[in-house]
Amino acid sequence: MTDATSQSGPMLAADGTPLKKSLARALRMQKTRALMLIAPLLVFVLVSFIFPIGKMLFKSVENDIVVETLPLTVAELQNWDAESGALPDEALYAAFVTDMVVAIEAKRHTRLGTRLNYEYTGMSSLFRKSGRKIKKLDPATDGPFKEQLIDIDKKWGDVTTWAVIKTHSVKITNGYFLNAVDMQRTPEGAQTQPEDKRILIKLFQRTLFMSLMITVSCILLGYPVAWLLANLPARTANILMILVLLPFWTSLLVRTSAWKVMLQQQGVINEVLVWIGLVADDARLVMINNQFGTIVAMTHILLPFMILPMYSVMQTIQPTYLRAAKSMGATNWTAFWRVYFPLSVPGIGAGSILVFILAIGYYITPEIVGGTKGVFISNRIAYHISSSLNWGLAAALGTILLGVVLLLYWCYDKIVGIDNVKLG
Amino acid sequence: MADSASNDAFVEFDRVQKSYDGETLVVKDLNLSLPKGEFLTMLGPSGSGKTTCLMMLAGFETATHGDIRLGGTSINNIPPHKRGIGMVFQNYALFPHMTIAENLSFPLEVRKMGKSAREEKIKRALDMVEMGAFGGRRPAQLSGGQQQRIALARALVFEPELVLMDEPLGALDKQLREKMQFEITNLAHNLGITTVYVTHDQTEALTMSDRVAVFDDGRIQQLDPPDTLYENPQNSFVAQFIGENNTLEGVVKEINNGIAIVELDDGELIDCKPVHESVKPGARTRVSIRPERVEYNKDRIQEGAHTLKAEVKEFIYMGDIFRTRLSVAGNDEFVIKTRNAPDVERLTPGQQIEIGWLPEDCRALDA
Repeated sequence: MTDATSQSGPMLAADGTPLKKSLARALRMQKTRALMLIAPLLVFVLVSFIFPIGKMLFKSVENDIVVETLPLTVAELQNWDAESGALPDEALYAAFVTDMVVAIEAKRHTRLGTRLNYEYTGMSSLFRKSGRKIKKLDPATDGPFKEQLIDIDKKWGDVTTWAVIKTHSVKITNGYFLNAVDMQRTPEGAQTQPEDKRILIKLFQRTLFMSLMITVSCILLGYPVAWLLANLPARTANILMILVLLPFWTSLLVRTSAWKVMLQQQGVINEVLVWIGLVADDARLVMINNQFGTIVAMTHILLPFMILPMYSVMQTIQPTYLRAAKSMGATNWTAFWRVYFPLSVPGIGAGSILVFILAIGYYITPEIVGGTKGVFISNRIAYHISSSLNWGLAAALGTILLGVVLLLYWCYDKIVGIDNVKLG
Repeated sequence: MADSASNDAFVEFDRVQKSYDGETLVVKDLNLSLPKGEFLTMLGPSGSGKTTCLMMLAGFETATHGDIRLGGTSINNIPPHKRGIGMVFQNYALFPHMTIAENLSFPLEVRKMGKSAREEKIKRALDMVEMGAFGGRRPAQLSGGQQQRIALARALVFEPELVLMDEPLGALDKQLREKMQFEITNLAHNLGITTVYVTHDQTEALTMSDRVAVFDDGRIQQLDPPDTLYENPQNSFVAQFIGENNTLEGVVKEINNGIAIVELDDGELIDCKPVHESVKPGARTRVSIRPERVEYNKDRIQEGAHTLKAEVKEFIYMGDIFRTRLSVAGNDEFVIKTRNAPDVERLTPGQQIEIGWLPEDCRALDA
């Protein structure tokens, strides 16, 4: 037997294997077992969360449709200088027809048209219309094609058409991101959109501003409620707690629709105000389908997310702190402001993060009560996903939104410190 | 007990009652007055009303009936922050978001004291509790004993004339507690502040106080200096609560020349000193004897002592003392303590011995 104390090498376990190895093996068993326990959840999260998000992030830069549909054309386009103002030569037209015949066979040319239509209006119909006629051409025998194509549609004789195809023929594009910040990818580089098309930056600003307003209103309304919850006798506090949680158990749509009933011009509030005489019948307040309506409804819906973290923090603030402050000569207000309030800040922080992040990506409520002036960026994303089918732009907008949230989270961590946040 | 409205009374409770629910009284007819500079402890089991009394004095509870006076003026309607009473809380209540210096600065800031005056006072208060180097720390970075000192310094930094302490040593370990007991008493006496101290620990009460008020059932059962309290308990609650105590039950047969003859429940007759007013011929009584006043060594039993037969049940060697459990007059829980000395016999369970005590150490109290 080896004497463990006399040897000079690494410590050995009883069976002679190095102790480190033996320890790692012993721990590996435990780690594997622990991993097995969380494996179902891990797989679920990967499949349903991480993977789709990754896919979405990639979609915002992915642009291989042009290269894949028109490989020969793209290669020929490299030799053509768009800024010269001259049309490309016959070789390119031939390559284009060859590509198109293959694409039409596979029914991919309309998809390409749709993609290019995001960048240059008219491309979609150009591809669809030309497709029917190019189908009849044989790339081997029917050349030359330049004149024929210009005959089919005079847009093929327009430099811009080819310039657009060339600009968007890269595999990884920043075009969607440029679009998302009201710019566009042009042959001359990134340029701002014409004024009438610049809406997304404004929408981002509005989303941030309104989320901020909602967070602030939630703090103002939620703080006293949380304080009551934490300081009332248990029985009364429980009843109040049910009232706070009640909205959670009601459908989001029902709550939002209820606000519609309350706020509309023929709604409850206006009727009451007119009946009292505070508001003239012909000057009813406009409280819905604008920013006001969205802020009111979303504040109501997100309020529990503010109250609960605040409450759980306030519950841990011992009443003796206030007593101690008063015994030292502080008035009620001083005791609150110098002692209670600073101790409740972690709750406000937690609630604010929660409400702000939820608000910034909210969709249903602004969709129903927001009208045109009160919609959020998320409504625009939904539009691009389900109506305009411009998923790349939707993905870019979503990525920017995610980035903004992460950035704010980082700022918050720097300023307040995420360790100071208590959710319960 | 309570000196009636004497002129030197600094703190005075005058017929104070307190009820929380309007049905039961937590504090029943409390009369208490203490002069300036006294260290008074309110001692009692939990629920005896001692903390309620302290909170009424601090202003966090209002008296249902009666008057509380501070320096001659009634403070019933003065809010806590205007009473100028320093207070040390059970869990110290140091503000966790402030440094030690900021904690101490708080009472001075609310008094709108200038910065230089504040700094000087904070320094002096920290030095007083030997924590001068800790001004920049946060409460969470200090040990329990250090937090305790800071809490004390904070209660004293604005120089109140009266300081209240609500079980301030409850969270400390035994050794630290004994050290702090000594320090708090010294500090209070050196500064000449009046102190009202609440505890349920009788050792603490006996070692620290000028006088102890023993609370039970919303009343002061006895208010006396520690030695009087221990040696001359006025009723069986106090006798039981303060120190260890043996109880024998019986009926008073007669009282002659200040000596009561009590027939114990097993027929034994013993001589006792009648203390409680209820001790009258024919009345039931509880006889209280301190364990250390009982002797079993024949040559130590004093002249005139009453002797009794006893059987040893248990003999425990505790180092400085021997603790012996005996069966005496039908009571199997009769405990005696004997100082360890070379000539003391060590007993074995089952042994039959004779024990003895002086009649004046045997006090007949209420049943």
